[in-house]
Amino acid sequence: MIYSWLIALFQALLYVALAPLLIGWVRKVRARLQNRRGAPLLQPYADLRKLLIKEIRVPHTASPLFRLAPYIVFVATWLAAATVPLVALDLPIAQIADIIVLVGLLGLARFFLALAGMDVGTAFGGMGASREMLISALAEPAMLMAVFTLAMTAHSTSLVSVMSHHLADGFLLRPSYLFAFGALVLVALAECSRIPVDNPTTHLELTMVHEAMLLEYSGRHLALMEWASQIKLLLYGVLIANVFFPWGIGQDFGLLALGIGLVVVLLKLAVLGLALATAETTLAKMRLFRVPAFLNLALLLALLGLLSHVILEVGA
Amino acid sequence: MSLTQLPVLQQFVLLLAALALFLSFVLLAQARLVAAIHAFAWQGVLVSAVTLVVALAGTAHHLYFSAALTLALKGLLIPWMLHRLVRRLSLSRHTETLRWPALVIMAAVLLVIFSYWLVEPMVAQDLAFTRNIVAVSLAVVLIGLLMMVFRQQAVAQVLGFMSMENGLFLAAVSATAGMPLVVELGVAFDVLVAMVLFGVFFFQIRESIDSLDVDRLNRLTEAVEITGERPG
Repeated sequence: MIYSWLIALFQALLYVALAPLLIGWVRKVRARLQNRRGAPLLQPYADLRKLLIKEIRVPHTASPLFRLAPYIVFVATWLAAATVPLVALDLPIAQIADIIVLVGLLGLARFFLALAGMDVGTAFGGMGASREMLISALAEPAMLMAVFTLAMTAHSTSLVSVMSHHLADGFLLRPSYLFAFGALVLVALAECSRIPVDNPTTHLELTMVHEAMLLEYSGRHLALMEWASQIKLLLYGVLIANVFFPWGIGQDFGLLALGIGLVVVLLKLAVLGLALATAETTLAKMRLFRVPAFLNLALLLALLGLLSHVILEVGA
Repeated sequence: MSLTQLPVLQQFVLLLAALALFLSFVLLAQARLVAAIHAFAWQGVLVSAVTLVVALAGTAHHLYFSAALTLALKGLLIPWMLHRLVRRLSLSRHTETLRWPALVIMAAVLLVIFSYWLVEPMVAQDLAFTRNIVAVSLAVVLIGLLMMVFRQQAVAQVLGFMSMENGLFLAAVSATAGMPLVVELGVAFDVLVAMVLFGVFFFQIRESIDSLDVDRLNRLTEAVEITGERPG
């Protein structure tokens, strides 16, 4: 019992440790695709270290909430990540938290992020917060609908049973999984503020969504916020990789199974990062007013997944 | 009989049918004419692939011919004809403004649920592994109809009509392992002739009202009243 909790703790720490690596990999691939050499793979770690040792400057109009928000955002995102199986499947944390809790924790983090954006009272922070809320209000139903499609197949909302059900079934061509996969990818792009919805590398405040809320942050606070958004990207990556392609994840807590699980999940994430970087190089950012249509497509895909599960897969 | 008990080839049929349904939604919401024609072509290819895989998985060998016919006609010839029409009518860059796109999509989702409810007694009888597709094909037919109601552009309405035919063909393949060859050839010929006639009509409509927006056909009578001319 203690041992399995230790594994769960180890896995949660692994999330924090691996998150900057994924973002570094995506940036590196993007740079190579654009014929640049790019920053080293470990640059995000150096950036975080630099920010962590820098002095914190807080605007004089800020309330205590402004100081508190980075910690809440980081911890909520981290807790959400801890509920998603990374290297081992049968974790004790699954009995506490299912997919709905995951969505709720991410919602909590987003709520405080938007509050912090509005707290200082600058125009850009408020604008970023209102845009973030617009996007998330549309992305969350689509995400829940996609999650329900998975849950209906496994007859449970726990991620562990969804994955083990998929593993037990073996390879099946499920139309519902295909649609749910599409929906989750679109939602992940919107939620992690990646390119068709938001440009994470922009320097133009008027087009920012996520960055606009962080403009007033500095030092340790900024490091925590950046780290939280990196963990969120890793979380969505692992969710997509391990729910739809669960093969290779450790089924017991032996060292060999855990090692294989780690290597396999790193490979899956490398492939996903490659796909993300390619998509970001080929696509252009949408106008903000096109984003609802984009997320409507995600909702439609998730709904079709639900319907095709009922119509095509259950049978008489 | 649920999905887990089917062999991979039969699962593949269901997957292709689900994708054809998705393309119906794409057709419904696509504002650009050329992209909509491409979506229609892909739907034709998918329907033909469904036919091919049903032929591979089952015993109905004449379905190979139907698959080839569908691919040639609905995957290649009709999209090519529509493409040429659109270019000659100089509508290649035309985008239609859709009224309430999200609501129309939700109506289409309701149609899918309705068609499932309609064919459920039929599904309850264990006919063949394709019987699950009957609901999907009925939904494709109904969404084609919805597209003809909600689109104002004449070419888009024709696309809706043609995708209805796709749905009917899918229903024939899934419910009865294909129609007799004579019927199939007759339908294919009808569709082709309809396409040619539509082409002629497009030019006629555009000459008389200078646009392919069908809503403007309503105003013809008003124009007569304003000038005070009475026909005949």
